[in-house]
Amino acid sequence: MAAPHYIVHDKTDSVGVIVVEGVKKGQMLTGWVMQGNKTVRMKCLNAIPIGHKIALRPMKKDDTVLKYGHDIGKAVAAIKKGGHVHTQNLKTKRW
Amino acid sequence: MARKAKKTTGKRKAAKQNKRTKAPRRLSAKSDRLTKTGRRTGAKPAKRAAAKTDKRIKATRRAKAKPTRRVRPDGRAQAKRAPAKRAPGRSGGKKPTFMGWRRKNGRVGIRNHVIILPLDDLSNAASESVANNIKGTMAIPHSYGRLQFGEDLELHFRTLIGTGSNPNVAAVVVIGIEPEWTGRVVRGIAKTGKPVIGFAIEKHGDIKTIANASRKAKEYLQWASERERQKCQVKDLWVSVKCGESDTTSGLASNPTVGNFIDKFDAWGATTCFGETSEITGAELICAERGKTKKIGQKFLDTWQAYMDEVIEPYKTDDLSDSQPTKGNIEGGLTTIEEKAFGNLEKIGKKTRYIDVLGPAETPRKGPGLYFMDSSSAAAECVTLQAAAGFVVHLFPTGQGNIIGNPIEPVIKLSANPRTVRTMGEHVDLDVSGILRREMTLNKAGEALIDITMRTCNGRLTAAETLGHREFVLTKLYRSA
Repeated sequence: MAAPHYIVHDKTDSVGVIVVEGVKKGQMLTGWVMQGNKTVRMKCLNAIPIGHKIALRPMKKDDTVLKYGHDIGKAVAAIKKGGHVHTQNLKTKRW
Repeated sequence: MARKAKKTTGKRKAAKQNKRTKAPRRLSAKSDRLTKTGRRTGAKPAKRAAAKTDKRIKATRRAKAKPTRRVRPDGRAQAKRAPAKRAPGRSGGKKPTFMGWRRKNGRVGIRNHVIILPLDDLSNAASESVANNIKGTMAIPHSYGRLQFGEDLELHFRTLIGTGSNPNVAAVVVIGIEPEWTGRVVRGIAKTGKPVIGFAIEKHGDIKTIANASRKAKEYLQWASERERQKCQVKDLWVSVKCGESDTTSGLASNPTVGNFIDKFDAWGATTCFGETSEITGAELICAERGKTKKIGQKFLDTWQAYMDEVIEPYKTDDLSDSQPTKGNIEGGLTTIEEKAFGNLEKIGKKTRYIDVLGPAETPRKGPGLYFMDSSSAAAECVTLQAAAGFVVHLFPTGQGNIIGNPIEPVIKLSANPRTVRTMGEHVDLDVSGILRREMTLNKAGEALIDITMRTCNGRLTAAETLGHREFVLTKLYRSA
């Protein structure tokens, strides 16, 4: 069982988490979906730091972003599949 | 005089307390009495008989199975352990045991500190001087205790009394500027039956107070150094949890490792506690569902809502995205409070339900189980409150590397972030980054956390203890008068 580049909590999630250092733009990544124990693959569009999120599917502005199978905020800009998801394109619905 | 105060009750005790400025010699006699009669003197007669039998059995067992223990000058008995022998039992899900100090009130501690506790900011200097004179005692300086009133003052007393009452503390010397409030802290701690005395600085000055308090601290320390550890069960253990400088690896691995631990310890009858009111925002409804009953879930929701209404709404200047998540959280990849909250909640496991909601520094009263405590999400404030509520060992998952410790409650750190483990290894007690590489299952990680926790209970110093992290931060509810 190879070490994954990114991990997804729930199969409904729209983002995964990069869990290795040094992921490069254009790199082919292996992912592990914890729920259901599935291995998936995807191309990464940006150099994403360890711990940061990667989009598992394209999202439009105002789309709800799902992690842990739950609403963790909304997209404030369009996000491409394989793109870096963070404060530049995701914001809380609270506060 | 300490002995007298304990024998008298109510108001008479209060009157005596105020006069306690000269260190009486009598306590040594009390110490001898404590040594002879053992720790169970506070137990009810029926229990006492059982305890005696218990003790005999334990003594026999200990004589057969346990190697000799050496009591260090600082009072920490170090048991020679054979971890290899115990490991198979644990992986089979067997309840671990540990060697702790059973105090007169029945609670079990895993450390044997003699603390010098200032009532107020003014008494820090004298307290630190006493701790400097008497090697092996520990001063716990802090910033408050003057002109507080109402609920804020009550919390101040509850936190100081709770800290002194914590079973990790063997004995306490309280120093305050004046005798009234000093006496209140002393009386609160005395309810546990442990040696405690107060000294007031007014009418004496620092130097005389330091001399008198130092003599007493020396007596207490020598008395404490002869207290012996005894075999204790998981149900004797009070464990608190709180994460810090979290990142996405916390929600993926280190928090679920704590959750796995909590599920196991809950089944074994331990008393456990989580908190961080603001940090459940976004997952508050999920958290409410984890209450044992709907009523308890509602009590949590009311507590959370009150915090939102009374603190966040009046004082916020923006959407709090600059504070919660913290800059460290954001650097680590966490983007929103909701994301942080769902990760946070992983710490309470998959099936454990909380049985009550506690106020800050409030001691659990409903027996074994998981409790939620209304508390700040700032690490030192939260752990200080949990320690004051009586929790003796803390599990602290971190992503980016929070380095917190506590003076009386050992803080065990675990991290799943390989970069943190590599760059800040001296702060990490348990590396669970293997979960992210699929080399370690969550269950294995939970077992590893139980192992390091039991070793800590048996005397292993945590990373934070070796590095001298003693963050003691009082929660202040509003400005002083």
